[in-house]
Amino acid sequence: MPEMNTSSLPDLIFTILFFFMMVTTMREVTLKVKFTVPQGTELEKLEKKSVVSFIYVGPPTDQLRAQMGSSTRIQLNDRYAEPREVMDFVAAERKGMKNQAEQIISIKADKNTQMGIITDIKEVLRKSWALRINYSATHRQ
Amino acid sequence: MARKKKKVPGLNQSSTADISFILLIFFLITTSMDTDMGLSRRLPQPPDKDQEDTQIDVKERNVLNVRLNAAGQLMCNHDIIDVRELRDRAKEFIKNENNSPTLPEKHEKVIDLLGRCYVTDKHVISVQTDRGTPYTIYFQVQNELVAAYNEVRDELSKEKFGRMYERLTDEQKVAIRAYYPQKISEAEPKNYGGN
Repeated sequence: MPEMNTSSLPDLIFTILFFFMMVTTMREVTLKVKFTVPQGTELEKLEKKSVVSFIYVGPPTDQLRAQMGSSTRIQLNDRYAEPREVMDFVAAERKGMKNQAEQIISIKADKNTQMGIITDIKEVLRKSWALRINYSATHRQ
Repeated sequence: MARKKKKVPGLNQSSTADISFILLIFFLITTSMDTDMGLSRRLPQPPDKDQEDTQIDVKERNVLNVRLNAAGQLMCNHDIIDVRELRDRAKEFIKNENNSPTLPEKHEKVIDLLGRCYVTDKHVISVQTDRGTPYTIYFQVQNELVAAYNEVRDELSKEKFGRMYERLTDEQKVAIRAYYPQKISEAEPKNYGGN
């Protein structure tokens, strides 16, 4: 029985690899909070990934609940933070950006979060002149 | 003496496929495909330090008060309503088609491309939340208000230019935005009780 010619197999795989490298983005942080974002209808896509920074808000994940309790926490990069630390985070994120005026802060918050913590974050964002924000959400059918 | 040219042995490429498979799997694991969607908003500029708290007088008819309490109930001016009714209330308020004295006052304004119009550009939609309001309710309210603006803008675009707002040219968009400026103000949260 003649053997199958596999000489083009690496090229095929490389093509798939490049496809995936194009369409996906690197996962930057390990999530330490659990959240389900709300649903909406008037959503816009976040086009330029390079100017977007994320703030995660929600209760700690199941593994961390024993240590951290179940009250709502803010996650910046890889750790938990207080609302006032958002200012440093925004400044640090802004430093690495080319067009700093276009900075967008995306708030990924759990839908059962109380507004108090969101308002605190928004106040700090206002003070740090990060005025373009985006409430992360999914499409409602 | 002429020896035959030695043939260069080919590199063994049988493992290239495996190597690229490993790379592929690595990328599959470390990346995510989900596209980020969200509701875009713009926060107001921070207040100046030496600026005193000046109370800007806004006539009562020009304000649509949307209040949210800790139980997630929604109050629009003086009525408790459902989130689904908010869009129509907001549209009625923004448009004021019949020039009703209880809805925002209309001003004469000359806008490029649209000419002389009567617009309600003094209106303000004020959203007031409680610290205990669930985020999802607040998000729905914001979503409905943005939807109301999008709908009135679409209606006007269709009437004037025959196309949806999204498909207008930049100048036309500016004109439509001047006709229906988005004015959603967010007051400091209060404790309305409930906790």
